[in-house]
Amino acid sequence: MDFALTEPQETIRKLAADFAAREVSPIAAAIDREERFPAEVVKRLGELGFMGMNVAAEFGGAALDTVSYIVALEEISKACASTGVIMSVNNSLVCWPLETFGNDEQKNRVLAPLARGEKLGAFCLSEPNAGTDAANQQTRAVRDGDHWVLNGLKNFITNGANADVLIVFAMADPEKKHKGINAYIVDTDTLGFAVIAKEKKMGLRASDTAQLAFDNVRVPAANLLGQPGEGFKIAMSTLDGGRIGIAAQALGIAQAAYDSAVAYAKQREQFGRPIASFQAIQWKIADMRTRLDAARLLTLRAAWLKDIKVRHSEESAMAKLFASETAGFVVNEAVQILGGNGYSKEYPVERHFRDAKICEIYEGTSEAQRMVIAAGQLR
Amino acid sequence: MDFDFSETQLMMRDMVRDFARREVAPLAREMDAQGEIPEALVAKLRESGFFALAFPEEFGGLAVDTISYALVVEELSRASAGVAIMVTVHNSVGSYPLAMFGSPEIKRRFLPRMAAGEIAAFCVTEAGAGSDAAALTSTARRDGDVWILEGSKLYVTNGARAAFFVVLARTPGTSGHRDIHAFVVERGSPGLTVAKKEDKMGLRASDTVALDLADVRVPADQLIGREGDGFRIAMAALDAGRIGVAFQALGIGYACLDEAVRYAKVREQFGRPLADQPVIQNMLADMATDLDAGRMLGFRAAWLKDRGRPCSKEAAMAKLFATEAAGRAADTALQIHGGYGYVKEYAVERYYRDVRITRIYEGTSEIQRLVIARRLLAES
Repeated sequence: MDFALTEPQETIRKLAADFAAREVSPIAAAIDREERFPAEVVKRLGELGFMGMNVAAEFGGAALDTVSYIVALEEISKACASTGVIMSVNNSLVCWPLETFGNDEQKNRVLAPLARGEKLGAFCLSEPNAGTDAANQQTRAVRDGDHWVLNGLKNFITNGANADVLIVFAMADPEKKHKGINAYIVDTDTLGFAVIAKEKKMGLRASDTAQLAFDNVRVPAANLLGQPGEGFKIAMSTLDGGRIGIAAQALGIAQAAYDSAVAYAKQREQFGRPIASFQAIQWKIADMRTRLDAARLLTLRAAWLKDIKVRHSEESAMAKLFASETAGFVVNEAVQILGGNGYSKEYPVERHFRDAKICEIYEGTSEAQRMVIAAGQLR
Repeated sequence: MDFDFSETQLMMRDMVRDFARREVAPLAREMDAQGEIPEALVAKLRESGFFALAFPEEFGGLAVDTISYALVVEELSRASAGVAIMVTVHNSVGSYPLAMFGSPEIKRRFLPRMAAGEIAAFCVTEAGAGSDAAALTSTARRDGDVWILEGSKLYVTNGARAAFFVVLARTPGTSGHRDIHAFVVERGSPGLTVAKKEDKMGLRASDTVALDLADVRVPADQLIGREGDGFRIAMAALDAGRIGVAFQALGIGYACLDEAVRYAKVREQFGRPLADQPVIQNMLADMATDLDAGRMLGFRAAWLKDRGRPCSKEAAMAKLFATEAAGRAADTALQIHGGYGYVKEYAVERYYRDVRITRIYEGTSEIQRLVIARRLLAES
């Protein structure tokens, strides 16, 4: 066992932390308030190689391991969770399936610009009636010559309004149920594609979440990702990795809230002494940090398993479940430690509190993670 | 980052798992009922080196690394938490003070005998000194070449069969933590008597006693460290013991998970196995996740300790989280068993009782939180 980051991993962490402190933290409150997509930051992340961290160099990526990606993502999310999810979706949910299931032509044409951060990707699985039950795809794909024609609606699509490239799941053969689902690469400038609504959200307000419509969108046959019928498998294995990313995002949010709360507890005086000297506050701090450390270790374990190419569905689910619920716990305690100030937008914990909640929901709810974990235990 | 065990660590774990299944598990229920570990099992543990685990090689020990040690404790505890605590107290708080703070002379005299299986016990707790260990009132008065100990000690694990007792006592008339001294006292020393064996809720196989110290004369060369080092020695010993207790708890916790999974698969209600019910699946998922989280914290602390790096905070986190996770796991496992979990025919009834003490001894959860918070506040 070795619980230390390697030197290259530590270098990446520091690079991410420095960048986040310099270019992300200063605007985090403003872009949250204004619901403004941080285009300039995303461009810089691309230049740093952070938008395709695990992609091979020949396809424009930074060719780093998952552990490096996870620690970088935590640092970015610590500064701004919205920026974290933009980065996570492009890396985990778009670049990864393209590199894993795409052919060389697709990797050169589609993956490379995404990995270099010149283009932005989105992952279109959720639908109005297909959330946790992702196999219930109502979007239809019909073959027409050397094209596929897509029709349907996609919901809650992160990056949806800013993306250049989409991975879209659609039902091509309803008889086969989940084995009839295909995955497609869709350019957002294709005729018939439209962003029909942008969600007004509690948190992650600088990241756009869109409802997308596909009205007779013609996709060239060359843009089928993987084999026909492989869509559901692609979606599920992508989410296995995506979960590690969301765990890292949750860790970043929680660490930021924890840091703010500790700093506050040390300087805030009541009854003539810093509140950090009261046992009630010390207990909160101990529990926050203990759970945070445990969550980080579970997340790193999942990332490490992915790096050594061992099946990691359960471990990723454990990381995601535990880290996101820990984030919920930590932000709640942080607000409590700050008291009225924690409820005010003057202090960042108010934003952390709102941002944390989604981690327990997207890329598989806590309930879905428990199903994955239980299946592993009962096998 | 590397979460793999080494070959040696895996070998050790497999050997102990095999030993525990063959020699310990079949006796666990009877040991609990009888409130005793049979001498024959103690002898087998001795022959197999369980009492030499943490001792330096030069004194006949196996000097296993802390991760191996953790795996050993977990596997033993999976079979019997009572046996596990006998082994861990001996290897940590019972002997660590001598190994870490003893003079070369003390080490030469006592450690080889301990490593050979003469069992050690640790005596700090008193009626009025639990979490507040510095409130102890047993006294040690220097008289020429001997120290004279007076007082009484409580909740001494291994007390009934220990050959050696590490005893904490203070200069008469003092208070606070400065004037406390640590001694190693041999069984059979006149005046040292077992006053009573506690009748406990759990860990019934392991013996816990109250000790009387009446005019016990201890040779001056059996002082551990220097005069006044006692409190520091006790705290360091407890620090070292925490990783062991964390893995003791995890062993019970994983045994609960095993039993819960086994039961959920065979027990049918409403025409299908409990395991098919989402509510039961949720319970199993939370148990597994919680225990794995505790385990990661435990291995991190062990890894730091093996590198000689400070690990008080991390050991406290491991102990706090692992013991509480194991407590939740025992509660959930019992719940899944329903009424059967409440009867002694099912092992979870014992696990439920056994696990409770892990949140209390070698530092309560409340003390762990204070240790953690103070370190965090000092370092930030």
